[in-house]
Amino acid sequence: MTAAALPAPSPATTGEQPGVRLARSRRNAELSLLLVAMVLVAAYGAMVEAKVLDTITADFWMPAAAVTAVFLGLHLVIRFLAPFADPALLPAVALLNGLGVGFLRRLDLGSAPPAEREDLAIFAGTGGRQLAWTLASVVLAAGLLALMRDHRSVSRYAYTLGLAGIVLVMIPAVLPSRFSEINGAKLWVRVGGFSIQPGEFAKLALLVFFAYYLVRKREVLSLASRRFLGIDFPRGRDLGPVVVVWLISVLVLVFEKDLGTSLLYFGMFVVTLYIATERVSWLLIGLVLFFGGVYLAYVLGEVVGGPFANFYLRAQIWLDPFADPYNDGYQLVQGLLALGTGGLFGAGPGGGQPGLLPEVQNDFIFAGIGEEIGLFGLSALLVVYLLIVERGLRAALAVRDSFGKLLAGGLAFTLGLQVFVIVGGISKLIPLTGQTTPFLSAGGSSLMANWLLIAVLLRISDGARRPVTGGGGKAARPSGGPPEQLHGAPTEVIRP
Amino acid sequence: MPELVITVARFGFLILLWIFVFTVVGVIRRDLFAGARSSRLVAAPRAVGASLGQAAKPAKAKRGRAAHQLVVTAGQLAGTRITLGEAQITIGRAEDSTLVITDDYASARHARLMPRDGQWFVEDLGSTNGTYLDRAKVTGPTPVPLGVPIRIGRTSLELRP
Repeated sequence: MTAAALPAPSPATTGEQPGVRLARSRRNAELSLLLVAMVLVAAYGAMVEAKVLDTITADFWMPAAAVTAVFLGLHLVIRFLAPFADPALLPAVALLNGLGVGFLRRLDLGSAPPAEREDLAIFAGTGGRQLAWTLASVVLAAGLLALMRDHRSVSRYAYTLGLAGIVLVMIPAVLPSRFSEINGAKLWVRVGGFSIQPGEFAKLALLVFFAYYLVRKREVLSLASRRFLGIDFPRGRDLGPVVVVWLISVLVLVFEKDLGTSLLYFGMFVVTLYIATERVSWLLIGLVLFFGGVYLAYVLGEVVGGPFANFYLRAQIWLDPFADPYNDGYQLVQGLLALGTGGLFGAGPGGGQPGLLPEVQNDFIFAGIGEEIGLFGLSALLVVYLLIVERGLRAALAVRDSFGKLLAGGLAFTLGLQVFVIVGGISKLIPLTGQTTPFLSAGGSSLMANWLLIAVLLRISDGARRPVTGGGGKAARPSGGPPEQLHGAPTEVIRP
Repeated sequence: MPELVITVARFGFLILLWIFVFTVVGVIRRDLFAGARSSRLVAAPRAVGASLGQAAKPAKAKRGRAAHQLVVTAGQLAGTRITLGEAQITIGRAEDSTLVITDDYASARHARLMPRDGQWFVEDLGSTNGTYLDRAKVTGPTPVPLGVPIRIGRTSLELRP
């Protein structure tokens, strides 16, 4: 059937076509938000210098100007390559990243000898390295936007990426400890003075694979089920992959001694499963499996020790950090004290004592910042994280293909879960694990991986908000080549 | 640095931080609350008579309001919105459809929506299980009033102003 039988056969478009409304790209809103964020970053830098140096040097604005330049560059790239991308994502992330760089520079200023403080070069110290990583990451994110013109094209490499993800997870576990162990967690690959955390990138690769796998399997997973206790449980054979991922995350827990990453991978998979199937039973199964595994690791750590001992110790510190406040519990106790000292409004940027906090540039950056901006400022930062996650989930809701939905939903959730794991850890809600705070902590791998994540979200939100042009999607698909036929995949016969 | 300046700057910074947060919320406000409004509409869809003759009435009464959005109200894509332009919208399981639905009861090229002189028409493209405008099966190009569900398999779509 064609359109030949239309009541009004002339396809002429009149001026009062009511279907026409120019979709707003809102790039100017993004630009002004970005400028406000950068004013905040510059003001933060100035206040730090006023407090730490007792004067504002003539080049206080240089780190802020450097990040502003590169974010404006990314803004221009978005303007041309993803004009309908979400306007709130870039400014929110830029604020966090800029404040992170500012705080790390503040740490450098605080720890430098007083004579050298006033002329600390902008690329010096942890803050300078973070600044350099920021520039590199943003350029990489822009590159990803240029390379990936349609998020659906990623699904072609899903199996490759899945394999790459597993390999990346496994590398630190199998490497000898001297190449991979830092502070008791084997999460790193150290070459020379350079260390990267492959798990951060594995996260993205695995998510692409999960999304692709679940788009193919969602029908089977959500239709074939047994009803038990009022909840639909999936069949045993469909549980296979989730059990495999559960095993991987437990292995990460045991061999890499990292509860946070293990929780992150597992949560990521369970939530993408939940988004794909809309089944609450998956969440229940996931939670039961995870808490069961964690409790088992705790008991084994108490009885057997060995690879589980690290986790047992962390759980003990969490249960009672004040039992040994000068040794095992020192870090957590200092973090809690810092947050307490900060109180409601904080000591002001540069006014805290972050030098007392071990790992303040890394895991405890949130406590260090909290001491200086207080609960009032910290909750603003948490709301900014919340908004980033919300924008990701909104993109997932609005995008028109299932793969994009799963990918965007999974990415946004992973970011939120990571913030929860680390902020929960330093505020003694859950056992502390070595996760980075996205965009704030010092750490190139984490920063780069999270910027790539944001680039993917920007691309998906662009696809979601772009007004429909042309009947078929083919004309609008710039990447060329036939799309992968996800739904032409052979169907599986369901026998419950 | 005088203490007063630093104190003022300290609180000024915190206030500016929150101003930023609220500006971001302001920019995305339309999206934030759009969901809440739409769920109310879903809960109480406009009643349409069984025959299409009656169905055309509410559309006539709303001549002033044109359709700007296509919203998926039920099915796996529920919550998806498409901003309508001048182009037709194809619906089906095929990957090159404008709206790709993964619905067991949908065909690869199931139906399409096209604008003609300010009115959107739905047309079935020879699907196996048919397209329904509210309860009536769509046989030829049929005008779609605002808020009347188009049903394809388990998926339900509506035009919104």
